[in-house]
Amino acid sequence: MSIDTMISYLPLYWKALILTLRIGWMGIVLGIALGLVVALIQHFKIPVLRQIAVVYIELIRNTPLLVQLFFLYYALPRLGLKIDAEACGVLGLSLHGGAYMAEVFRSGLDGVPAIQAQSALALGMTRGQAIRKVILPQAISTSVPAFVANIIFLLKETSVFSAISLMDLMFTAKDLIGLYYTTIECLVLLVIFYLLMLLPVSIIGSIVERKVRYAGFGD
Amino acid sequence: MRDLGIDILFKGVNFQRLLEGLWVSMRISLISVAISIVLGLLIGALMTLKNPVIKVITRIYLEIVRIMPQLVLLFIVFFGTTRVLGINIDAEYASIIVFSFWGTAEMGDLVRSALISIPRHQYESAAALGMNRLQTFQKIILPQTLRRLIPNSINLITRMIKTTSLVMMIGVVEVLKVGQQIIEANRTTDPNGAFVVYGAVFVLYFIACWPISMLARYLEKRWN
Repeated sequence: MSIDTMISYLPLYWKALILTLRIGWMGIVLGIALGLVVALIQHFKIPVLRQIAVVYIELIRNTPLLVQLFFLYYALPRLGLKIDAEACGVLGLSLHGGAYMAEVFRSGLDGVPAIQAQSALALGMTRGQAIRKVILPQAISTSVPAFVANIIFLLKETSVFSAISLMDLMFTAKDLIGLYYTTIECLVLLVIFYLLMLLPVSIIGSIVERKVRYAGFGD
Repeated sequence: MRDLGIDILFKGVNFQRLLEGLWVSMRISLISVAISIVLGLLIGALMTLKNPVIKVITRIYLEIVRIMPQLVLLFIVFFGTTRVLGINIDAEYASIIVFSFWGTAEMGDLVRSALISIPRHQYESAAALGMNRLQTFQKIILPQTLRRLIPNSINLITRMIKTTSLVMMIGVVEVLKVGQQIIEANRTTDPNGAFVVYGAVFVLYFIACWPISMLARYLEKRWN
């Protein structure tokens, strides 16, 4: 294993990490927003939208992200919808994340006792206020562990972006292995960079989890 | 539907090849799940022990699996072992190794949390009723553990099937790769084949996973 080779690869890996993080965070933030909307639709049983939400969740949760990305990237242009690889990555990840986050938020929302909403309304809050100030904070706090697990899961899923020719960490590693046959160096760097990306999230996640565990409401 | 070119699916042995590809994915995931369940039960039982050395080792193992993307593990086993050890592992075996490594950790964690979720008074009540340790385990603890465990482990199967789509990246010819080959082979006659073929792969995965997810959900509802 040659340290010099590894150092000379650092800028390439760094660039790949930035790309992965950019797409990853955009996709995850949009996914969280989408998931929240879908969960609210399901929780408040809004007609028509609710059925669409169920179909969406089942379709996404029962197929791999890689197949979804292939479909978005290679199949949709045939219908005239051409999206560039990066937008495709963001779109794919947010659609994927939306379905998983929706389940997290929905179980959080369903876990808030009905009496909480009734009490909020009895205190004269509007429906919007009750959702924003009473129900959501509690739902979010109970869904934190699953939420953190999902963020890590989604960040890990970004590793398939290389399949739609995005120059992410996997792509860079595979490329360099193919070009210079420096397998060990590339794989070690790959592991180091994924640790660099995911370890902080994992650590912050477990700290947040510990904090909100005591943030129970009611009883 | 001629415009969409749906006939590309049924030209020659194309559809049969897609199904064979799906079978490769299923085979890899089913073998890995079987290995994971056996080893996971062991690891899960080990994790409930109070021994600090075992605790640290299993904890590190879990964290590695939790943090490293499965694709990275596939690369390490497939490319890394060849380079370091000079042995050439077949891509399919490499996949089974990685998925079992991953599945064992997941299953172990499920087993552990199912075991520790049994309240102490269950053991104490059984003892008070005069049951011996074997009877307690067999008649009281095991049925309750299994009820919590089975829906989650069925979910693990669907996750395993979905994750097998990654193995195409190390050169296993599974359903997605077959789809790619069909599209490439028909590029000149069927330029729009991508839509239909990737659509079909999407549907095939859905058909493979959805009933299993539904079963898991049904069992979870029924037993809780």
